[in-house]
Amino acid sequence: MALEIIETCVNCWACAPLCPSQAIVEARPHFLIDADKCTECLGDFATPQCAAICPIEGAIVNELNVALNPPGSLTGIPPARWAQAQREIAAR
Amino acid sequence: MENIVAHPAITPPPPSGCSSGSCGSTAAQMNGQLSQMSEDIRRRVQDHPCYSEEAHHHFARMHAAVAPACNIQCHYCNRKYDCANESRPGVVSELLMPEQAVKKTLAVAAAIPQMSVLGIAGPGDPLANPERTFATFRGLAEKAPDIKLCVSTNGLALPEAVEELAKHNIDHVTITINCVDPDVGAKIYPWIFWKNQRIFGRAAAEILIAQQQKGLEMLVAKGILVKVNSVMIPGVNDDHLKEVSRIVKAKGAFLHNVMPLIAEAEHGTFYGVMGQRSPSPEELKNLQDACEGDMNMMRHCRQCRADAVGLLGEDRGAEFTMEKVEAMDLSDEFLAEALARRTALREKVAAERAAKQAKAHAPQPAVITLHRPAQKSALAGRHVATEGRPAATEGRSVLMAVAAKGGLVAEHFGHAREFLIYEVTAAGAKLVGHRKTDLYCSGDESCGEGEDVLAKTIRALEGCEVVLCAKIGYEPWGRLEAAGIQPNGEHPLEEIEAACDVVWNEMLKAGKLAPRQTEKQVA
Repeated sequence: MALEIIETCVNCWACAPLCPSQAIVEARPHFLIDADKCTECLGDFATPQCAAICPIEGAIVNELNVALNPPGSLTGIPPARWAQAQREIAAR
Repeated sequence: MENIVAHPAITPPPPSGCSSGSCGSTAAQMNGQLSQMSEDIRRRVQDHPCYSEEAHHHFARMHAAVAPACNIQCHYCNRKYDCANESRPGVVSELLMPEQAVKKTLAVAAAIPQMSVLGIAGPGDPLANPERTFATFRGLAEKAPDIKLCVSTNGLALPEAVEELAKHNIDHVTITINCVDPDVGAKIYPWIFWKNQRIFGRAAAEILIAQQQKGLEMLVAKGILVKVNSVMIPGVNDDHLKEVSRIVKAKGAFLHNVMPLIAEAEHGTFYGVMGQRSPSPEELKNLQDACEGDMNMMRHCRQCRADAVGLLGEDRGAEFTMEKVEAMDLSDEFLAEALARRTALREKVAAERAAKQAKAHAPQPAVITLHRPAQKSALAGRHVATEGRPAATEGRSVLMAVAAKGGLVAEHFGHAREFLIYEVTAAGAKLVGHRKTDLYCSGDESCGEGEDVLAKTIRALEGCEVVLCAKIGYEPWGRLEAAGIQPNGEHPLEEIEAACDVVWNEMLKAGKLAPRQTEKQVA
């Protein structure tokens, strides 16, 4: 049972000091979670701390590859609106 | 434009002094307060380009990007922060470790003798990265104690950090306060991280606001100078910021800086993607004028990056990459020579200020403009004849754009990357903002594109009636005139305020300053 940081991570360091298991490793191109150490904060906190502070939607996933912060959940930008804006920018 | 020059600050104070919640807000009280504080505060802000308008002509600062983590989300921010071509707060190219930041600061302070301040402003929140922030301050205080230390925060972690800030001799703290009402805050901050939880919406805004206000009070109690930054978001907090200004002033903030929202879809921010518009220069100025009755307003902010280097409006960050800095030999001897150059420059500026002061025959030390309305500034000394009657009875206010350098009309029109905007009345010239522009003349074959750039520059100068510059070419002269903007190259290397004054008086004599027809109709 462990969480995973994926490539959309921006290496902002916010998660690292919060981890009760010191499972977060500074690495490039992006930070990583040591699966052997990660407990998903069970017994320490009500919610996994890395996912509770991470500012990037989708950057932290569980073992089923499900994002703990799905698109739109942190920015408040509806995914359809985001996609439309990207299309408009590309068309310029 | 009488409605614009009628600052509430120049209305007579009520006979019994403080009569409302905005204690200390009237002109007389503020003048009294300023003269009481003046000696101490003048000394503390005279070399700080972000706290003194006058100082920003002479002194440079840098931001060290050592603080990547953030504890809140703002709707105008996107945490992807590595674009070299963008200038906006929160954007950086290269994240630094504290020891790298100290080295970079020493290198910059050796190359730019005007360097007087190291600020930490992000790209996240400095106080959400306290170890890195304070390690940087400690390292620099040891190697270059003449450099002032300064920090900018969203305020969430501020109350817990005040002791530490005081211990590190941080004399200047900027808090970004966009609201004092949680219902407004809920439209600006989607979430905060607080006591091991992510908290959303109104509840988040409520906690953030409480922490900001508590932090402000604690800093003021410690005697630390506080500047408050606010982002003006039309339709969200624009009207509300007048209340924010009153409250933070009453609590003892020294300076209020209302900045325009920057929001473009390509920035990937909530406001950018959702189509929230930015305020126009006129809307921004009107709000700053409205807040000014209660507060010293900052008008010269350039909304710089969290890794900006150099004089305001003149970013030299690209010259100081870590690769270049690491290659430098920062020996004790080298650092001592750099310190000597900085000391010499500060002495030169001090001598120039003293000379200017003596020349102006000002009744009080007037070398530092403390962001007061011009009506109460040093200029008053030169307009004794206008005292005792309302300003602008004999001529309306005029916006003048100035191609400036070092406080002088010193830039060629085609070389100006920005213009300072002065509002000029019988009471004198007051800086009210700046307008950025692309280079009209880059001096190479790309000059063929000058046509488009010139059109853009003219649009950027909308509302201005005069452009003061050291020199200007034939082509732009004609185009400016055709657009109703009078170019003026007659005051090269003169002091800006004095030059604006002369031009305004010439316009007055020529009968050009009668109230405009359209404004009469509006009034």
